[in-house]
Amino acid sequence: MNSILKAIEKDATLTPEALARMYHKEVGELRALIEKWEKEGVILGKRTLIDWDKAGEECVRALIEVKIDHRGAYAYDKFAQKIRNYPEVKSVYLMSGGFDFSVVVEGRTLKEVAFFVGEKLSSQEMVLSTGTHFILKKYKENDIFFMTDEPDERVSDLI
Amino acid sequence: MISYDSVLSKRTASLRPSGIRKFFDMLAGMQDVIALTVGQPDFVTPWHIREAAIQSLEKGKTYYTSNAGTTDLREGIAEYLDRRFGLHYDAAHEICVTVGGSEAIDMGIRALLDPGDEVIIPVPSFVCYAPLVTMAGGTPILLEMRPEDHFKLTPERLSAAITPRTKFLVLPYPNHPTGAILTREELEAIAAVLRPTNVMILSDEIYAELTYGRPHTSIAAIPDMWERTILASGFSKSYAMTGWRLGYIAAPAPVSVQMLKLHQYAIMCAPTVSQFAALEAIRNGDEDIEMMRTEYDRRRIFLHQGLTDLGLECFEPEGAFYMYPRIGQYGLSSDEFCERLLNEARCAIVPGTAFGSCGEGYARISYAYSMHHLEMALERIGKFVSSL
Repeated sequence: MNSILKAIEKDATLTPEALARMYHKEVGELRALIEKWEKEGVILGKRTLIDWDKAGEECVRALIEVKIDHRGAYAYDKFAQKIRNYPEVKSVYLMSGGFDFSVVVEGRTLKEVAFFVGEKLSSQEMVLSTGTHFILKKYKENDIFFMTDEPDERVSDLI
Repeated sequence: MISYDSVLSKRTASLRPSGIRKFFDMLAGMQDVIALTVGQPDFVTPWHIREAAIQSLEKGKTYYTSNAGTTDLREGIAEYLDRRFGLHYDAAHEICVTVGGSEAIDMGIRALLDPGDEVIIPVPSFVCYAPLVTMAGGTPILLEMRPEDHFKLTPERLSAAITPRTKFLVLPYPNHPTGAILTREELEAIAAVLRPTNVMILSDEIYAELTYGRPHTSIAAIPDMWERTILASGFSKSYAMTGWRLGYIAAPAPVSVQMLKLHQYAIMCAPTVSQFAALEAIRNGDEDIEMMRTEYDRRRIFLHQGLTDLGLECFEPEGAFYMYPRIGQYGLSSDEFCERLLNEARCAIVPGTAFGSCGEGYARISYAYSMHHLEMALERIGKFVSSL
C-alpha cells in the first residue's frame, strides 16, 4: 500500500484508472482506498507546484526563525496552532537547535512580508525574538527542480 | 580522382546499414510527437556517482589507467558479481573494464572467432551481434525466437542449431527487445546441451539488474558453465550511465588475456573519469538500482495492461524496459503500422523490422518514459488501432 502512496505523493495527477493498471487492482478498489486514506487523514491534500516567477507574478517568501517563551503548558502547540491560522503563514515547523520554530511566510512584496513579521508575528505574546531570511531564488522544492527547461535530449535512432 | 569502391573494405561495405533510417528521419522532422522510441534510461545518473566523477577531475585524475582498468574498479566489479550473482572472478586476471558493453561484446567475439566459425544468435536481439561476427570473419546463424516459447531459447532448438563449426552461442538475456528472461531452470537445460560440446557462450547481461519478479541468474553460475562463459555487461542500464560508456568483460584467464590484447591495441583504456564514477556506482549504488527498477516495474505493468486493454497481443516482459507487442493482426507490415501511427496519431514506436526480418509483425515500445508520457501514448495508440 505504501508504494501506492509514494506514487501519488510524487504525482498527484495519477488517476485511479492509471493506478489500477499499475498495481493490478480494480478501479473501484483503488477509489475506495484513496477515499479511506482521505478520511483517515493520511492523504491531506493535493497541490500544484508553480514557478510564480515564470508566471510573471510577484511573490516573496521568507523563512522566519522564531524563539518563544515556552514556559507554561503546551506552549509550543499553543503558539503553532495560533500562528498557522494566518493565511500569510505557509508552513510551521517545530525545530531542534538554536531557535524553536521555522515559519514560512509569503506575501506579494518585501514590505508586505516585513509588515506581517513585525506586526503579527513578533508581537505575539510568547515570542522572544525572530530572525527573517528572505528567499532569493528557488532551485528545488518538494523534489522538483526550478529553472529547468531542459528538453529530452536522448537520441531516438540508436537501436 | 580516387575510386572509393576499390579502396573501401569489402567486408565493411557489405554490412547493411540500419533499415529504418527513413523512419527516424521522418520522426526527426515532426512536431508534437509522443515518442516511445528511446532505448536508454530516462533517469539522470545519480548525483553521488556524478559527484565522484567531478571529484576525480578536481583531483586531476586525468591520466590513462592500466589497460584493464583501475585495480579498485576491477576489484569492485569482482565483489559486485559475487554479491549480486554469486559469480567468482579473479580481479587481476579475469576482468577487463571496457568502453561500454558494446566493446565487451566486440572483444569477446573477436577473441574467439576464426574465419568459417559459426555463431548462434537468438533473434530478435540487440542488433550488433551479427555484424560484429561478420566483421570477425564468422558466420552468424540467426535462430528466431518464437512467441509460443515466450521468446526464450529452448534446448531443443539450440541442440538442432549446433554444428561442428559452432564456436559459440550468444545468450542475450534479459532480452532486448522482447523483455524475455531465462530462469535458472531454463539455463540448466541450455547448459545440459552445451556441456558435452566445445561451444563457448557470450552472455550479454547488460540488463541483469532490470528483471521483475525474480532476480537474474547468469549462465556462468550454472555448474560447468563458468569455464566457457564470456560475460559482457556494463553500467549503462543499471545505473543510468549510458553516456559514460563504461562496461566490463569477465571471463576465464586464458580468454581474458586474449581480449586484453585487443582492448590494449584498439582502446588503450576506458575513460578514467568514467571509471571513478563506476567505482562509486558499484560500491554505493544498490539503492539507485532498486529505485529505478521499482519505477520501471510500475510502468511495465501499466503499459502491458494498457496495451492488452487495447486488444494488442503483448508478451509480458520480465526484464529490460521494452514491450514487444504483436501488431501483425491489423493487416499492415510493421513499417506501415509504425509510419501510419506516426503520421496519423503522432505517436512513435520502433518497427520490429529494426531487429531484422524476424521482427515483422511486431513493434518495440520503450517504457523509459514518464507515466504521463505513457498515458498519452496509450491514448494515441488506442485511437489509431480503433481506426484500422
